[in-house]
Amino acid sequence: MSDEQHTESAHDHAQDHARPDTTAGKPTVDGPVKVASRHVDVFYGEKQAIKDVSLDIAPNEVTAFIGPSGCGKSTFLRALNRMNDIIDICRVTGDIRLDGDDIYDRRVDVVQLRARVGMVFQKPNPFPKSIYENVAYGPRIHGLVAHKDELDEIVHTSLDRAGLLNEVKDRLETPGTGLSGGQQQRLCIARAIAVSPEVILMDEPCSALDPIATAKIEELIDELRENYTIVIVTHSMQQAARVSQRTAFFHLGHLVEMGDTETIFTNPEHRLTQGYITGRFG
Amino acid sequence: MTPPSGSPATATEKMRASLKRRYAAERRFQAYGIVAILLALGMLVTLFATIISTGTSAFVQHTVRLDVTLFPQDIDPDGTRDPAVLRRANYQTTINDALYSLFPEATSRQDRRAVRDLVSSGANFVVRDMVLADPSLVGQRISVRVPLASEFDQVLKGNVDPAVDLGVIREASTSVPWSLPPDERLISETQADYLQQLVRQGEIEGSFNRWFFTNGDSRQPELAGIWGAAVGSFFTLVVTLALSFPIGVAAAVYLEEFAPKNRWTDIIEVNINNLAAVPSIVFGLLGLAVFLQFFGLPRSAPVVGGLVLTLMTLPTIIIASRAALKSVPPSIREAALGVGASKLQTITHHVLPLAMPGMLTGTIIGMAQALGETAPLLMIGMVAFVVDIPGSPLDSATVLPVQIFLWSDSPERGFTERTSAAIMCLLGFLIFMNAAAVLLRKRFERRW
Repeated sequence: MSDEQHTESAHDHAQDHARPDTTAGKPTVDGPVKVASRHVDVFYGEKQAIKDVSLDIAPNEVTAFIGPSGCGKSTFLRALNRMNDIIDICRVTGDIRLDGDDIYDRRVDVVQLRARVGMVFQKPNPFPKSIYENVAYGPRIHGLVAHKDELDEIVHTSLDRAGLLNEVKDRLETPGTGLSGGQQQRLCIARAIAVSPEVILMDEPCSALDPIATAKIEELIDELRENYTIVIVTHSMQQAARVSQRTAFFHLGHLVEMGDTETIFTNPEHRLTQGYITGRFG
Repeated sequence: MTPPSGSPATATEKMRASLKRRYAAERRFQAYGIVAILLALGMLVTLFATIISTGTSAFVQHTVRLDVTLFPQDIDPDGTRDPAVLRRANYQTTINDALYSLFPEATSRQDRRAVRDLVSSGANFVVRDMVLADPSLVGQRISVRVPLASEFDQVLKGNVDPAVDLGVIREASTSVPWSLPPDERLISETQADYLQQLVRQGEIEGSFNRWFFTNGDSRQPELAGIWGAAVGSFFTLVVTLALSFPIGVAAAVYLEEFAPKNRWTDIIEVNINNLAAVPSIVFGLLGLAVFLQFFGLPRSAPVVGGLVLTLMTLPTIIIASRAALKSVPPSIREAALGVGASKLQTITHHVLPLAMPGMLTGTIIGMAQALGETAPLLMIGMVAFVVDIPGSPLDSATVLPVQIFLWSDSPERGFTERTSAAIMCLLGFLIFMNAAAVLLRKRFERRW
C-alpha cells in the first residue's frame, strides 16, 4: 500500500542528467485550482515512473496530458484518485491535494475519494450486467438513494448526460456488454457521473473507438466540462487540441511543460514539446 | 549485387524443396496424433466392453417361485401381529417346507440339504418383508419369488464355464462328464438335476435385480447390493463439499485478492501445489492419526471420510479457484474500484460472480476425484464389512470404490459380475458429475 506520505520537498535529482528545466513547484494555473500536486514521485518497485511532477488542474476545464508512450502520463492520472493503490509495488510520494485536502492522508477514505474523483478507462469496461445495473451500481453502493424512483431518476439523468439515453432507453435491461464500443464507453461515462463526482479522469477514452464514436465522446467531454473538472490522457495531439483548455506535456516521467492548450500547440517553450507536437518523435 | 539468398529463381527452388519437407513433417505430426488418439480410444473401448460385458448380467437375478404357507403357529403363535414379533419370526421353516414339496423324491438328509441350498439364504428376508408390509398374510398360502443361490444363478446366466465344472446343466445332458472331483464342485450332481427340473417346470425366471440397488453389502452375492455404499458415498461427499468448497474458496480469495505478495505467500503457494501431488493414502494416514486417534471420532464413519477427502480435495479447489479469479479481467476490478466500490464490494459484487463458474468446475472435478478415492478411506476403516444402510454420517459405512475393492477381492463367482456392475454405477456418477462441470462452464461462461 502506498498511503505513506512524504512532506519533504528536497529531492535528490543530481544523478538525473536528462531532467529538463521544468516549472517544478510553481503553480501552473493562475486562478482557482481543483487539484494541486507538488513534487510527486511514483515508483514501481525500484523503477521511478514519475519524477517530481508539480501541476495544477483548474476547475471546470479539460486538462489534457500528452506525451510519448511510457512517459508516465497514465501513471500520474491514476495517482490522482489513488488507483495505483491496487498495485502492490507502486509507491507514491509527494503531495496531491483535492480542494486543498491531501488525498494521500491517512484519514482519507479511498472509497470516498474515488467517488469524488471518478474514472473512465482506456478500454470500455462495462460490468457484465444490464445497462441499468451498470449505472445504478455506484449510487447504490454509496447509499445515495432511498427509493427505486430516485435511482431511476439518477440512471436516466446520467445516461442522458452521457448522451446515451435516446439510444438505450428501450433496452435498459439488456446487457451493457452488448452495446457497441462507443456506446459502451459512454455507458462507462454515465456510470462515472452517476455518483456525482467532482473530477473525472479519462485514460485515453477514445483509443479503442472509431472516428465517429470518438467525435461523439469528444463532444460529450466538452459538454461535461460545464459541471465537472476533466483530466484526459490522450495519445492524439489533435484530440488534445480539440477538447482541452490546458495541456501538460510529459516526457520520461517528467512534466516538461504545461500551459494553455493554444500556447502549447502554437508556441511551446520547450524544445522537447516542440519536437513532439510537430511529430519529430513520439 | 546479389540478394542475400541467391537469385529469386534459386531461392524459389530451395523453398520448394523445403516446403515439401515441411509438409511431410506436418503430415507425420498429424499421423502421430491420430495414432495416439486411436490407441487411447481403443483402450477406452476395451475397458468399457469388458466392464459392460461382465457387469450387465448382475442386473438380472434368477428367482424361483415358491408357494409358501404362512402357518400362524410358526410365525405368530400368540396372534398379536406385533411387528417386533413378526420381524423375529422363523420364516425359514415355511420356505424349507415349500421347497421340499417341490421335490417329494428328496427324502434323505443329504438330498434335503441339497434342496435347501438351491435358494438364497436370504430368501426368508424376502418373505419377512412381505409379511411386515402386510400382516394379514399370516395364515394364508402365498406365492412368492425368492432369489436363487448365487451359484445356480451364475450357472443359468452362463457366467461359469460349462466345460470346466458345470457343463452338465448347460447341456442338459448327463453324458458330459464332470471335470472336477465331486468335493470341489460348486454344486452337486443332485442339485444340478433339481435345477434342471425347476427350469423345465418353468418355476425359474430371470428378472430385474432390484436387490442390487436396494441392499447393502452381504456375504451372499445374490443379496449384495450397492445401496449401502452409495449412501455412504453420498454422506461422505456431502461432508467433503460442505467443508472443502467454503474453505477452498475463502483461501483462494484471500491468497489471490488480499494476501501481500511476499515470501510467506510464495511458500504457501508452493505448498498448496505440492499438496495436490501428495499420494492420497498419506491423507488417510493423517486422518487416522488426527481424526481417529487424537479427536476420537468414530471409525468407518462418512464424517471422517469426508474430513480426509476434504484435505485431499482442498488443493484442487484452491488451485482451480485461484485460476478462475485470475482469469477475471482486471478491467472489471478497475471499473468497480473506479466508481468507489471497496475492495470487498469489488470482489463480492463483480469478481466472485465472474469467477464462480470456474470455481464450481474445479469443485465438481475435485468432488469427482473424491468420489473415486479408495486408498485414504481404507486407512480410516471405511473398508469394513457393513451390511446396514447408514442412516447418518456418523454411522459405519463404506463407499462405492471401496465396495468395488471389497467385492473384487471376494472369491464367490457372483461377486465378479457385481464388481463390474458397481464400476458401471460409479462411472455413471463420475460421467454425470463431469458432464455437469462442462455444462456449468458452458452455461455461465461470460463474454466481456
